Amino acid sequence: MAEVTLTIDGRQVTVPAGSTILEAARAAGVFIPTLCHDPELSLWGGCRLCVVEVPGMRNLPAACVTPAAEGMVVYTASPAVIEARKTILQLLLANHPMDCLTCGRNGDCRLQDYAYMYGVRQAGFAGERHQYPLEEDNPFIVRDLNKCILCGKCVRACAEIQGNYVVDFAYRGFNTKIAPAMDTTLAGSNCVFCGNCVAVCPVGALQEKHLRSAVRTWEVKKVRTVCPYCGTGCTIELNVKDGRVVGVTSTDGEVNGRALCAKGRFGYGFIHHPERLTRPLIKKNGVFEEATWEEAVSLVAEKLAAVKREYGPDAVGVLASARCTNEENYLLSKFARAVLGTNNIDHCARL
Amino acid sequence: MTNPISDIEGADFILAIGTNTTETHPIIGLKVKKAVRHGATLVVVDPRETEVARLAHRHLRLRPGTDIALLNALAHVIIEEGLYNREFVESRTEGFEDLKEVVARYTPEYAAEITGIDAATIREVARGYAKAQNATILYTMGVTQHICGTHNVFAIANLAMLCGHIGKPYSGVNPLRGQNNVQGACDMGALPNVLTGYQSVVSEEVRRKFAVAWGVEALPEKPGLTVGEMIEAAGRGEIRAMYIMGENPVLSDPDAEHVVHALEKLDFLVVQDIFLTETARLADVVLPAASFAEKDGTFTNTERRVQRVRKAIEPVGQAKPDWEIICLVATAMGYPMSYGSPAEIMAEIARLTPSYGGISYERLEKGSLVWPCPAPDHPGTPRLHVEKFARGLGKFHPVEYVPPHEQPDAEYPLVLNTGRRLHHYHTGTMTMRTGALEKHYNQEYLEINPADAARLGIADGERVRVVSRRGQVEVTARVTEVVPPGMVFTSFHFPEVAINKLTNPVRDPVAKIPELKVCAVRVEKIA
Amino acid sequence: MPNVTLTIDGRQVTVPAGTTVLEAAREAGIFIPTLCHDPLLPGWGACRLCVVEIPGMRNLPASCVTPVAEGMVVYTASEAVIEARRTIIDLLLSNHPMDCLTCEKNGDCRLQDYAFLYGVRQPSFKGEKKNYPLDDSNPYIVRDLNKCILCGRCVRTCQAVPERAVIDFGYRGFNTKVVTAMDTPLGDSSCVYCGRCVAVCPVGALTYKPLAGKGRTWEVEKRPVTCTFCESGCAFDLVVKNGRVIGVMAKEPGPGRPLCLKGRLGLELLYVEEPLKPMLKKDGQFVPVSWAEALGLESILDRMKKVEGKEGR
Repeated sequence: MAEVTLTIDGRQVTVPAGSTILEAARAAGVFIPTLCHDPELSLWGGCRLCVVEVPGMRNLPAACVTPAAEGMVVYTASPAVIEARKTILQLLLANHPMDCLTCGRNGDCRLQDYAYMYGVRQAGFAGERHQYPLEEDNPFIVRDLNKCILCGKCVRACAEIQGNYVVDFAYRGFNTKIAPAMDTTLAGSNCVFCGNCVAVCPVGALQEKHLRSAVRTWEVKKVRTVCPYCGTGCTIELNVKDGRVVGVTSTDGEVNGRALCAKGRFGYGFIHHPERLTRPLIKKNGVFEEATWEEAVSLVAEKLAAVKREYGPDAVGVLASARCTNEENYLLSKFARAVLGTNNIDHCARL
Repeated sequence: MTNPISDIEGADFILAIGTNTTETHPIIGLKVKKAVRHGATLVVVDPRETEVARLAHRHLRLRPGTDIALLNALAHVIIEEGLYNREFVESRTEGFEDLKEVVARYTPEYAAEITGIDAATIREVARGYAKAQNATILYTMGVTQHICGTHNVFAIANLAMLCGHIGKPYSGVNPLRGQNNVQGACDMGALPNVLTGYQSVVSEEVRRKFAVAWGVEALPEKPGLTVGEMIEAAGRGEIRAMYIMGENPVLSDPDAEHVVHALEKLDFLVVQDIFLTETARLADVVLPAASFAEKDGTFTNTERRVQRVRKAIEPVGQAKPDWEIICLVATAMGYPMSYGSPAEIMAEIARLTPSYGGISYERLEKGSLVWPCPAPDHPGTPRLHVEKFARGLGKFHPVEYVPPHEQPDAEYPLVLNTGRRLHHYHTGTMTMRTGALEKHYNQEYLEINPADAARLGIADGERVRVVSRRGQVEVTARVTEVVPPGMVFTSFHFPEVAINKLTNPVRDPVAKIPELKVCAVRVEKIA
Repeated sequence: MPNVTLTIDGRQVTVPAGTTVLEAAREAGIFIPTLCHDPLLPGWGACRLCVVEIPGMRNLPASCVTPVAEGMVVYTASEAVIEARRTIIDLLLSNHPMDCLTCEKNGDCRLQDYAFLYGVRQPSFKGEKKNYPLDDSNPYIVRDLNKCILCGRCVRTCQAVPERAVIDFGYRGFNTKVVTAMDTPLGDSSCVYCGRCVAVCPVGALTYKPLAGKGRTWEVEKRPVTCTFCESGCAFDLVVKNGRVIGVMAKEPGPGRPLCLKGRLGLELLYVEEPLKPMLKKDGQFVPVSWAEALGLESILDRMKKVEGKEGR
């Protein structure tokens, strides 16, 4: 493939022809802020935060949609660029609720990151602000359109990752907003609540309902593991605070990328459900009574040994589990065959 | 799966048979949708008009259980029109003549009579599949949960081999498995006839290897019983005790009332689970197990990818990881079993299992591995059957159509089909307790076609009773054209709609899979 | 000392007589929020956030200044208590800049923690807000009195070192603020920039100037380090971002651990990858000086040089 060489902030960078300036800069380790850009989604060029200075070009082009050209000279942090970015941030903040105080995305918000980085402390412009009601009529996602910066990532994620086209831009000008068909709530639309829009939202407009109201972003430890539901094997991150799983987020999974379904993203509540079994139980006179591990294990060992002794090993049947780990299924197979002495082991592979 | 999930995106023809992909495997469904957006042709074979069926270029609403007739007819057209991959058939397969002979009878017109799909469509789909550069076949339990489940799979494999759509990228024969570690549980020998990596219990050499490793004199050589057979044997008093780890056969297995009777008849039942499931309630001893978030381990997904499961929190209450519990019970029975961690267990698995031979926790930390991975320096095998089939030449297994075991009749005029919903999972043990999913999808419905509903005087949202020869449930009707006339459908997720009380426990003779997709029922309006 | 047994949220707790209800609750692992309380200083009872309900008592007493009594029954999270706390937070927020967006304490602010905990999203009281200019008159400490909640922890910790006592409450009512003598900027006061006040400030009113704009609280990791300049052994935290030490913060002062500027600067020189030049006040103005001068090592270095000269090295 053909290559082009350009100069970014005084550094020579060679990239495949067709790369954007943003891609070239990132390849060279030069930072350019973005809000609407996502490597997995189609190019957009909407937020203009990634503007750079290219002598000879009219205005400041958006790096995310401007192809790199041979011999091009790019300045990513010139005074004009910084001023433009500051103005963009001020304009965004002029219509953004200043409620980081209790916002669920405080600490994991691109608008906040860039406001801090460029020292934009206040909006700088006064004027009308959106007054949309908070949308929380579904059990999964909270939508706060007052926080929406109209980057359109959710629109593209719904179309290009989930393939469902549930939301799009609606209305015009100041009234522009992201809406499902007929401007209903998500609950009133054909949304399947995969939450893949939430995963790409750069601000607090789309939040996981339970996770974001339970913890601050900086309080959680994320543990990379595998989803407990279907056989696809999606990577999930368990969000843990104080020894409790408080939510699930997606990351760069080998199978799924950042995509998850509603079960994977929102189906973690069973882990701390009050009905979880927490003590061994032994049935006495038809009623379960709590027991110690020692009592329960020795009773199991004794009864299984008795059946084996009296009726032979094949009078015992063992069911392993398609929801337990490989190691556990292996051990149960070993237990059935080496300890009980039977091949009567199976699981619900057929169901 | 013979091919990785990521291959689906690259296919230019997708034949999805008996798979409600976007609901049961949503993330795989995304790959299908992406392929379609990029121009792939999608053909869906399913009596129900599922979401993926609506996305399809051709939706083949076949009569339930007539897959072989359809698949054989596809093969018939491909052979008759000379569209098959001669080079592949000659160099990589055997038994072509046998196949040709059997499918000769399955003209599109003949198949049309059986399946209800018109002959022209069958011809069109056959040509599309054969002429595609890379065609992939996806299937799930709509194919396998029939008395002829194994033969259905043979018919699919025949088609793929006929066109050479196997052993190369973006193609293959791809069963999508329904549970996070169903592949792994099979790989690990949680099956009555094989040890790890499908090493047969009837092989003396295999048994000797394992006996030495496990420090016992000998291992049993007679293949054991499958779940259904165990339940039947328990009913007959031949199985006297059962040890059930993380399974809920009372809701998941066909003819649920029979399952309950059988389990009640046991002298002793121990259930190890995270909740007091419908099955655990019948137990003599219940052992509290740790959930996936509370332990280390590995899961193997449907494409044979072994991935690390990581402990995020301590087990709740006094619960323990299943592997620790098994060690305790084994030790109490006089077989000392103890491991420092699941990593040690995996090391033992790798020593005994050629296909897992190169898998270790150390490697898995850097990323997943797809078996076969026979050596520590082996990169894994995302695509099977490249250049050579496991047995050498791929063998065509010609199969004949047989109708489902139970046909609708005057008393039970409708076909009951069962399956899954997007927002729930299996017997609902987990998804009914999330604080979110069960609020969103909070009630199960019986899908019934408007024609049948009108005839029975049932309006949308009315309560109905569904009755089969084995049992009955009450459920709310949803009048919808998602199901064709003559068919009703519901899921097995909701304990209050324990639909497996009705299903037919008759099994495929090879795989012992029950015919959950077809049984005869009648639907009555509850006055 | 005799023991006293009381019941907190239904749990029996036994503590020595003279213990406060707050201490007894913490002993029992029961959470009570506080803003003005400092375990190392005498009880203050000003912010009222730690109120609890004790049947038989008039009003809701502040647990940090209420001694336990035999048989006392305490509810730490009753409806009345939660409502009182919400109102207190609401009142504090009604006169607090809503600029967590860029606040240096965002992510490590007690007012924010409690607002989130009790779900106080916006102040519901309207009215005048303080509008003080930012005091960054010195190179070490930024004072933003608009963010000050008047908990007085800075005042009390400063006064705990008798020769310091630089700040106190000034004025009255809405105009109350923490001031230096004559209400001058900190840079014109007798402040020695020991950092005690910054270490105890629960909100963003007092922050370290050298760290301004360098990183958010959740991006940095703190690595404890002990100062070895003198025998006090004061405790500091190295502030580490992306593996680089970007600054040094004082940990809260303790008994015999007075904290001082010299200690913090010395640690900066020792650990920070790119330490700022130290500044010393000369004739009322801060001027950049050498590290030797800032650390008071000039005379020693001079003498060493002289020795070297004599020996002809």
